[in-house]
Amino acid sequence: MRSPTPNNSNNPMAGVIAAAGRIILGKDRQVRLALACLLARGHLLIEDLPGVGKTTLAHVLAQALGLHFQRIQFTSDMLPADILGVSIFDRASGAFNFHPGPIFSQLVLADEINRATPKTQSALLEAMEERQVTAEGQTRPLPAPFFVIATQNPAHQIGTFPLPESQLDRFLMKIELGYPDRAAERELLAGADRRELLAGMAPCIAPAELQAHQEAVRHVHVSDALIDYVQALVAYSRASADWQTGLSPRAALALLASARAWAWLAGRDHVLPEDIQTVLPGVAGHRLRPAGDGPAAGNIARLIEAVPIP
Amino acid sequence: MAKTNSPPLAPAQTWWLLATGFSAIAPLAPHVQLWLGAAAMLALAWRGGLAWYRQPLPPRWLLVLLVVAGSAGVLLQFRTLLGQSPGVALLILFLALKQLESRTARDGLAIVFLAFFLALSQFFYTQAIAAAIASAVAILVATATLLALTDHRPTPLTLLRRAGSMLLQAMPLMLLLFVLFPRIQGPLWALPRDASNAVTGLSDTMAPGSISRLSQSDAIAFRVRFPGAVPKQQQLYWRGPVLSEFDGRTWRPRQSQPRPRLPYDAPASGGIDYEITLEPHGKNWLFALELPGQPPEDTLATSDFQLLTREPVTVRQRHALRAYPDLHAGRDEPEGLRERALNLPSGSNPRIRALAAGWRANAQNDDDVLRQAETFFLRQHLIYTLSPPRLGEQTADEFLFDTQQGFCEHFANAFAVAMRAAGIPARVVTGYQGGEVNPVDGWLTVRQYDAHAWTEVWLPQRGWLRVDPTAISAPARIDFNLAAAVPEGDPLPLLMRADLSWLRDIRFRWDAVTNTWNQWVLGYNPERQRDLLRRLGMSTPDVQSMTAALATLSGLALLALTAWTLRQRRRRDPALALWERLSKRLARQGLARAPTEGPLDYATRVAAALPQAASEMQAIAALYGRLRYGPGTPAMLDELRRRVASFRP
Repeated sequence: MRSPTPNNSNNPMAGVIAAAGRIILGKDRQVRLALACLLARGHLLIEDLPGVGKTTLAHVLAQALGLHFQRIQFTSDMLPADILGVSIFDRASGAFNFHPGPIFSQLVLADEINRATPKTQSALLEAMEERQVTAEGQTRPLPAPFFVIATQNPAHQIGTFPLPESQLDRFLMKIELGYPDRAAERELLAGADRRELLAGMAPCIAPAELQAHQEAVRHVHVSDALIDYVQALVAYSRASADWQTGLSPRAALALLASARAWAWLAGRDHVLPEDIQTVLPGVAGHRLRPAGDGPAAGNIARLIEAVPIP
Repeated sequence: MAKTNSPPLAPAQTWWLLATGFSAIAPLAPHVQLWLGAAAMLALAWRGGLAWYRQPLPPRWLLVLLVVAGSAGVLLQFRTLLGQSPGVALLILFLALKQLESRTARDGLAIVFLAFFLALSQFFYTQAIAAAIASAVAILVATATLLALTDHRPTPLTLLRRAGSMLLQAMPLMLLLFVLFPRIQGPLWALPRDASNAVTGLSDTMAPGSISRLSQSDAIAFRVRFPGAVPKQQQLYWRGPVLSEFDGRTWRPRQSQPRPRLPYDAPASGGIDYEITLEPHGKNWLFALELPGQPPEDTLATSDFQLLTREPVTVRQRHALRAYPDLHAGRDEPEGLRERALNLPSGSNPRIRALAAGWRANAQNDDDVLRQAETFFLRQHLIYTLSPPRLGEQTADEFLFDTQQGFCEHFANAFAVAMRAAGIPARVVTGYQGGEVNPVDGWLTVRQYDAHAWTEVWLPQRGWLRVDPTAISAPARIDFNLAAAVPEGDPLPLLMRADLSWLRDIRFRWDAVTNTWNQWVLGYNPERQRDLLRRLGMSTPDVQSMTAALATLSGLALLALTAWTLRQRRRRDPALALWERLSKRLARQGLARAPTEGPLDYATRVAAALPQAASEMQAIAALYGRLRYGPGTPAMLDELRRRVASFRP
């Protein structure tokens, strides 16, 4: 599939994309996908090798959107309380005081999530899903907007607990960053330190604005023809022998939400077939398990090539 | 085979091909030699094993050896490679062995086409419903395999469903061809049938044991439909071969020339109309209800009042007949024939001769003799049984005086011998007696176990008169059926046993279904076709008009389909129609739109290829995207129409 990169200087997010592009070189498409994920009120999983800029991407987004940012580095000895927070007895007041954990932020970077034990992973994922934390019988809402970017190393790396499918499903999208191309890498090597650039970056929009944009995305028009298209895509994924199981209705909803966000980012008030095709690998990739073991098995491109556009 | 550039078979396709082979060969297995079926199944199992363990296919020399050995086997079995049975045998072998050398989708096609052919060849052997179902299954599997050969990714269920819906779509055409394609009389293929020898049924001679051997068979002899009420059980004598020649043990028919008319005239009124559907029995007897009226045009009659078909009954036949149950005929029987009907070999059955001489001495006339004989048979307390003791040389004597147990042929034999000994011309008539009305559809079914033999005597004033000696000793046989008449403990055919009434119930239902199938599918012959077409309003249903009707109706069906498709097109989005028109125009320049290409992608590609039209193309694509997928307005549609019309790539 080909990626439409329309001229969208009139879009309120254009500034964010441009600012991020100055720091993360040559990854315009991934930045847009991450933004689309955020605008669709989903959470993002980035899977790639260490050192390709996963953490930097999260930092940049937080900075550019002016969100309160916390980073949690996952380790194998981490406990749920390290994320959610604990109640500590305060001798002076004679009562338990809740000390909120790092999850009480607007943008949480859960770094190397697959290094933690399943118990800790699921504490984070439940909070992501519910958008609230229940500890010691009391439910505390998480701030809004609430956006988690989790990174994980490819599962075959040593010392990891790969996320089960049911947990993967909680991420709206999974993207890969990949190595930068030759020109971008040269610019990176020759240019200024990324951390300095990041520190000098000013927020492009206000947090309240972001919520308004999220609301606008929900009202992007999706025609009946495209709902047919989404249905045909999930039906094909279920009937095809390429994958062990097909896409769920939740996946279909995720596909529509992501496509709306992508269309909105492109400055349109309606979704085009290309929007669906563009977000499909990110939305479906981590939800479909290939049936065969060949290199072509389970390639999402085959799904796109098999279903005609209505 | 390996030199083609056809793609190699995927594992799923191999399994599909095996399923096709199995479903085509398995229904044929009961009809071919055991070794053939076993060899074919072994080859399939071998291929399955190789696929399962991912082993390579056998080498070419081994396959050549197998083909040669198989063909030699067929040659040895049939002494020829031509003809129906050897041809089917070869096809089975090739279908099975082809699996072992199939590497590409193209080989798979060969298997599928062979399977389509084999699925039909079943009808050489049987045309029953089960065969039709089996070949429908084989065709469904073969069609699904055909789909799998182009795309094996969908699940088996999806492929089967798709194949099923394709076959269903072909159904109207199939029905049209069935009804309108000009019919040919006779078997489908003019090949000699080698199966008719094995058919059970009456033979043209009668000796002790020849009819009781049929008593265990519940195979259907014929079915009868009476438009009016079914006559009483005692009147249902279905006349078969008439046996007048006796050599002391065996009764044989007299040699006579069949004629187009019976030697008597039927009365103008009082007949019973009925329609008989004969199962194939290999002879040309037409078991008519006594006494038959004049034979219909395509049948013959004998001087013994028997109706005959012109050709032996090798396929199911239907005839409309009329019977006169109260008619007696033959008063003017020639004297020579009456003399022959008195023949008894000298020295046969001395005890009956002595007895008959006594009756004759006490009698005024033939009627008296007959009455005394009937009384004697009644007083002898003869036992009607399915397992009579074996008889020696003088069959009638021994039955009447020693064993006193017998089946209907013993009774008829003894009575005819006694009558001849007393000087009354007598002969034996074989056929069927009774039958059973199927409560499901009201048809009377006559089975092999209804086979019967009775006697006819000639009296000067009355002609030939039916006397059934079985009815004297065992009236229940005639009034009810076999089961009611034989002693308890005699082995009865399965369907007559009182404790298996549920089985009979199922059998009745199944019979009714089979009969409908026979009447309407298998029995759809040229006459039925003509009748139906005439009723549908075709005045002269000959080959020309049928072909014309077939062509017209197929044309109309195609027209309707086209109209429907066009309508579907017209009902579609006008923006889409414009977009497709534009794509078609660009396709002529080598810029065809892929079915999975969205408007923006297509516009980008076209713009890159045709820089002079780039901006116009982008504008059109944006308009189309808005109209088709977004909130478009009628004004935008007009603009799109204008822009597409003036677009010059």
